[in-house]
Amino acid sequence: MDLIRDSLFFVLDTAKDVAPIVIFLFAFQLFVIRERIPNFWQIVVGFVFVTIGLGLFLVGLEKTLFPLGRLMAQQLTNPDFLHEVSGRVGAALLWHDFHWVYLFAAAIGFSTTLAEPALMAVSIKANEVSAGAVGVWGLRVAVALGVGFGVALGCYRIITGLPLEYFIAAGYLVVIVQTTVAPKMIVPLAYDSGGVTTSTVTVPLITALGLGLAEAVPGRSPLLDGFGLVAFASLFPIISVLAYGQFAVLRGKI
Amino acid sequence: MKDSLAALSKDALFSLRDLAPIVVVIAVFQIFVIKQPVDGFLSLVFGGLLVVMGLAFFIFGLRLALFPIGENLAHALARKGSAAWLFTFAFVLGFGTTIAEPALLAVANEAAEVAVGAGVIGNTEADIENYALGLRLVVALSVGVALMLGVLRILTNWSLPVMIIGGYVLVVIITTIAPPDIVGIAYDSGGVTTSTVTVPLVTALGVGLASSLRGRNPMTDGFGLIAFASLTPILFVLLYGIARQWI
Repeated sequence: MDLIRDSLFFVLDTAKDVAPIVIFLFAFQLFVIRERIPNFWQIVVGFVFVTIGLGLFLVGLEKTLFPLGRLMAQQLTNPDFLHEVSGRVGAALLWHDFHWVYLFAAAIGFSTTLAEPALMAVSIKANEVSAGAVGVWGLRVAVALGVGFGVALGCYRIITGLPLEYFIAAGYLVVIVQTTVAPKMIVPLAYDSGGVTTSTVTVPLITALGLGLAEAVPGRSPLLDGFGLVAFASLFPIISVLAYGQFAVLRGKI
Repeated sequence: MKDSLAALSKDALFSLRDLAPIVVVIAVFQIFVIKQPVDGFLSLVFGGLLVVMGLAFFIFGLRLALFPIGENLAHALARKGSAAWLFTFAFVLGFGTTIAEPALLAVANEAAEVAVGAGVIGNTEADIENYALGLRLVVALSVGVALMLGVLRILTNWSLPVMIIGGYVLVVIITTIAPPDIVGIAYDSGGVTTSTVTVPLVTALGVGLASSLRGRNPMTDGFGLIAFASLTPILFVLLYGIARQWI
């Protein structure tokens, strides 16, 4: 019963977020374009599906993945667990004592990105526009690999306390080099994929991981060092999607 | 009707496949690493079903509504030939969808806590609310500007790599003079702005615009709007942090 009530609540909440966008789009169509909307009822039905879908998706995540993921992030960064794994405590902990954290970060970054609805939307569009040259599944796996690597590296940065901007600057150097050699058609899509990866599913989980880590490592403040994982998760997909384009050329697909 | 049902059930099957990796990751870590029992197994299964159904509904609705309306508006605006309305549309879409974004709300509140901890603002409710609201306005403004820049690029055919890389070079430079407590938040704010409903609309806008302009290719020119929307929030938030020091 609770689940039904919560679902209803989440769908209404989503409707509240979607309504201004719908009103704006319809108003623009009516007053600026001054044309009737083609397939008006199809669009209305579509928006109903988008709203209900997003609401159910969020309530499901809130009931399952988010609490479980947060709990797991806490358990893996718990001092007792780290002691059990490495035999070291507190300041004596070395960066590689956190190996389960890196593995979890990579796995959860990869798998949640595959379930990211915004990324699906972009992949479907890219596949359509490129007449099949960019595969829906291939692009998503490429992005997910980038996010997985980025989140794991971001955890390493929190643990070692190295400055965020060094990594970001180095990452963009790689992006610059790749941009000059990658096929032209993949470049805008690669740049976009950095932004779409991090939304509904991925952000809450990796934020929990970052805060948990910053609390567990001595000398780190959750407030100052807990941030930055999202930035890593947005940078590395650019690199992996550019690489995906380069591989496609090698395989003679583009 | 029958076709729609077939499409919907296909979307549901795909959603099942898309979510399977998460289930595997969690199960493996729970069983082999953490080794602690999970309570409420049944409610996890129900929750999982909701996630699958929700994802399928969303993707189904995306094809029916978000893509067609976004592209249709882009085509209509291109036919109208008014750059001013095109920029207005891009700005309002960016600003309007970002100011109400729940993820941004959460980040802004967290950032206000950081600012209190760093002693940048006082620990009163009014200070915290002002700071969080200021941050949200700055980020929303930056996304509006980003979409305008993206549209301008499609119209003028300027080089996307030059603009984006140039932007990030600027970010690195400004980082060196920005107060340290704002840097992490600024870098993260680029990622949270683009929500699940905005991304398909913005993608459709870019692709629709590029396909209705002569001499533009939707693949090489239509994408890139979201790249701007991830870049400008970083710049604007860093500048916000610097500006606050002077006020």
